[in-house]
Amino acid sequence: MALQKMKRIYIYGLKKDKDRILELLQHRGVVEIRSMLKEDGIFRRTDVTHAKESSEKNIAIVTQALEILNSYVKENKSLLSALKGRKEIPEDIYTSFGEKHESVIEIAKRIITLSKKIAEEKADLIRLQTQTEILKPWVSLDIPLDFKGTKYTAGFIGTLPGTWTLDEIYEKLAQFMPVDVEIISATKEQTCIFVLCIKDQKDKVFETLRAMDFILPSLSTEKSPAEQLNDLEKQIEDIKASINASSEELKSYDKNRDDLYFLLDYETIRTERYDAIGKLLHSKNSFIITGFIPEKDTRQIEEELTSKFDLAVEITEPKKKDDVPVLYRNNGFSEPLEGIVNSFSPPARGEIDPTMVMSLFYYVLFGLMLSDAGYGFLMAVGCAFVLYKFRNTLERPMKNTLKMYLYCGISTVFWGIMFGSYFGDIFDVVGTTFFGVENMPIIPPLWFFPVEKPMLMLTFCMAVGILHLLTGVAMKGYLAVKHKDYKSLIYDVAFWIVLLISCVLLLLSMKMIKDILGINVTLPNAVVRIAEILAIISAVGIVLTNGRESKNPFKRFLKGLYALYGISGYLSDVLSYSRLLALGLATGVIGSVINKMAAMAAGGVFGPIIFTVIVIVGHAINIGINVLGAYVHTNRLQYVEFFGKFYEGGGTLFKPFGMHTKYYKIKE
Amino acid sequence: MKLLNEYGIAFALLGAVLAALVPGIASAKAVSMGGVAGAGVITEDPAQFGKVLILQLLPGTQGIYGLLIAFITLSQIGVLGGSSDISFVKGLLYFAACLPIVIVGYSSAIKQAKAAVASINVVAKRPDQFGKAMIFPAMVETYAILALLISILAVNGVSGLNI
Repeated sequence: MALQKMKRIYIYGLKKDKDRILELLQHRGVVEIRSMLKEDGIFRRTDVTHAKESSEKNIAIVTQALEILNSYVKENKSLLSALKGRKEIPEDIYTSFGEKHESVIEIAKRIITLSKKIAEEKADLIRLQTQTEILKPWVSLDIPLDFKGTKYTAGFIGTLPGTWTLDEIYEKLAQFMPVDVEIISATKEQTCIFVLCIKDQKDKVFETLRAMDFILPSLSTEKSPAEQLNDLEKQIEDIKASINASSEELKSYDKNRDDLYFLLDYETIRTERYDAIGKLLHSKNSFIITGFIPEKDTRQIEEELTSKFDLAVEITEPKKKDDVPVLYRNNGFSEPLEGIVNSFSPPARGEIDPTMVMSLFYYVLFGLMLSDAGYGFLMAVGCAFVLYKFRNTLERPMKNTLKMYLYCGISTVFWGIMFGSYFGDIFDVVGTTFFGVENMPIIPPLWFFPVEKPMLMLTFCMAVGILHLLTGVAMKGYLAVKHKDYKSLIYDVAFWIVLLISCVLLLLSMKMIKDILGINVTLPNAVVRIAEILAIISAVGIVLTNGRESKNPFKRFLKGLYALYGISGYLSDVLSYSRLLALGLATGVIGSVINKMAAMAAGGVFGPIIFTVIVIVGHAINIGINVLGAYVHTNRLQYVEFFGKFYEGGGTLFKPFGMHTKYYKIKE
Repeated sequence: MKLLNEYGIAFALLGAVLAALVPGIASAKAVSMGGVAGAGVITEDPAQFGKVLILQLLPGTQGIYGLLIAFITLSQIGVLGGSSDISFVKGLLYFAACLPIVIVGYSSAIKQAKAAVASINVVAKRPDQFGKAMIFPAMVETYAILALLISILAVNGVSGLNI
C-alpha cells in the first residue's frame, strides 16, 4: 500500500564529463529527467530536434527495411519468443556498434532500394508480357508490323473481329482487284490479316476494311514479329534474372537481421539521450541535470557520481506543486496487480496506492467467478510452469501477468473445492458412465453446491460485496486521516459506515428479508433498537453535514438530503455483486452441459475416445470464455464499485532516463 | 383442466428454447458487430488483436446466459431424462421465469455491442486506455447479469412449488 518516496535531484557537472555522466545515468535508469529550472543569461537549453530527427529517420528506414526483409525471408519467431524476453548482450558490443552504424544503415537503404527496383522490374515484366501476348498471333508474318507498302502497292496489317475465311474477305474486296489477302492467324475472337493492294486503291480498300471493323495492331515494330518476339523473350529473361538476383541479394541480408534490430535499439537509446540533453541547462563549461529520483536510490547514485566525476549533487524534497511521478512499492503478492491499477489510472498526488488492498479482494473475486477447481488447477499449473521454465528471461510485465493468473488460479482451486466443482461434474459423469458408480456426488463440496442453494450463494456474494464496499469507504477514511481532514473522516466516512452497518442489521431483522434469503438469524431486540437509533443519527448527520461546502443553509440541507439519497447507490452496488453468483453458476453449469453431452456420446467401442474429445474441446472453450468473463467483471467490481468509493487516480508513472530497448538488453 | 395439463410441458419447453434462441441470436449479431469494427482496427495495427478480441467477445455472454437458463430449465422439467409431469400452471410459470433473460438478454447484447464497438475505436486510437475502454461494455452487461440472476432464481423456485 505504498509508493516509493520521490526526491528532487540536481546534478551540477562540468561539460567535459557530460557524456559520461549521462551514460552512467542511462545505465542506472533511476532518474527521471525533467526540466525544472528556467533559462537565464548564462544557462540555456540546447535544441536537440535536429539530432533527434536524424535518429528517428534512421529508425524509420530500418523499420521499413525490416518489414521488407520479413516479407522476403520469414523470421523464425516461435510463440515462445515473448517468454524468452530480450536477448542479453555485453556492453562492448553496444559501444563498438558506432563503427558499424553507417554500414548497417547502408544495408537498410540497400534493402529498400532493392525492393523498389524489384517492384519497378515487375511492372516492366508485365508490360513486356502484354506485348508478347499482342505479338503472338503475328508470329508467322515475316515483315514488320508497321509495313505500309512498296512503291506501287499499299499494305494493311491488322485484325478483324470474329472469324473470317479467305473467301469472305475476298468477296468484300472483289471490286478492288488485284488484291492479295493473307490470313496470318485466326481465332474465335479475331482474325489477323495482311492485305496488299495497288497504291491507287489504297483509300478505298482501307474504307472497305474499316467498314468490316478492321483495326490496326496496337503495337508497331520495325522488326518482323518473330524477331521482335525473340527480342522480347530475351528482355523478359533478363528482367527475370535481374529480379531473381535482386531478391537473392535481398534474402542474403537475412544474416544482418540482428544488426538491423540492434540498430533500432541503438537509435532508441540515442533518442532517449537526446531527449534528456534537451532538458538540461548548459552554460559554457558546465551543465545542470534536474529530475526526480526514488529515495532508495539516492545514496548509491550520489556516491557513484561524486566518486567518478567532479560534480555536485543536491537532493531535496519535491515542491508542493510538483507533479511527482509514481513508482509503486509492493510485495510479491500485490505487485502483479499494479498493471490493473495502471490501466485504471496511477495514483495522483496525495492519493494512496490502492494495489495492496485491492489484491486482498481481487484474487478472491476472480476465484468466486471462475470457481472451478479443475480450471483453476490448469491455470495455476500452466502459469507456474512458464514462470519456472523461463524464470531467467521473462520480462517484468509478462512475469506479473503470469503471477496474477497463478494467484487467481490458486484462489479458483480453493473456491472450486468449496463449491464442489471439478471441470463441472466430471467425476460424477465419468463415474456413472464408465464405472457405474451410483452414490453421488463422488467428491462432495466442502461447503455447498451453489446450484442447489442459490439463495445462500447470493447472500454470501452480497456479504462479500458489503465487505468490499466498506473497505472502500474505510480507505477513504484512511486517506482523510493521512491528510488530517478529520471533518471528512467523521462526516463522509464514519457516518456512512455506521449507517450502512446499521441498515444491514435492520434488514436482517426483517422477516421478509430473512425469508427471501432463507437465513435464520435472530438478532437480540437490543441490537435492533441500537441499530435503529444509530441509523437515524447517522442519517441526520449525513443530511446536516454532507452539503457543507455550500454557505446557504437551505442549499446545504438539500445537498445533504441528496447525499443521503446516495444510499440507493450502495444498494445497487451490493446487488452488482450478484454477478459473482451468476458467473460462478455459468462456469459450473456449462461445464456440466459439456460433460452431459460427452456422456450421451460415450456408448460403443469408440465411446471413450469421443467422450474425451468432447470433454477436452468443450472445457477448453468454457475455460476461455469464463476466464475472460471473470477477468473483465473482477476489474469492473474493482474499478466501479471499489475505486468509486475512494480512488480517482490521474498521476503519471515514473519514467526513468534509461535504455528502453525492445530487442536487446545491454548488460554492463 | 386435465387436458390442459398435458400442455404444461410445451410451455416450459417453449421458455427454455426461447432462452437459448433469442439471446443467442442477439449475441451472434453483437459479436459480429464487434468483429467488423475489430477487423478494421487489425488492418491498421495487428498488435491490438488481443485487446480487440476481448472487447469483441464481451457481448457474447448473453448467449451463454441464455443457454444456461435453457439448460437449467430443460433439466428441471425432465426433458433431459426423468419424468416430465408438469401441470399447465407450472409450465406457464417456467415460461415466465425464462422471460427476463430472453428479453433483457436480447436487448442488452445489442446495446452492449454498440458500447463495445465504441471501445474498440478507443483502443484503435489509444491502446493504453484499454482498461477504461473495457469497463463501458461491462457496465451494460450488468443488466443481463441481473436478468440472468432472476431467471435462475425463478426457475429454481418454480421447481419447488407444489402446483
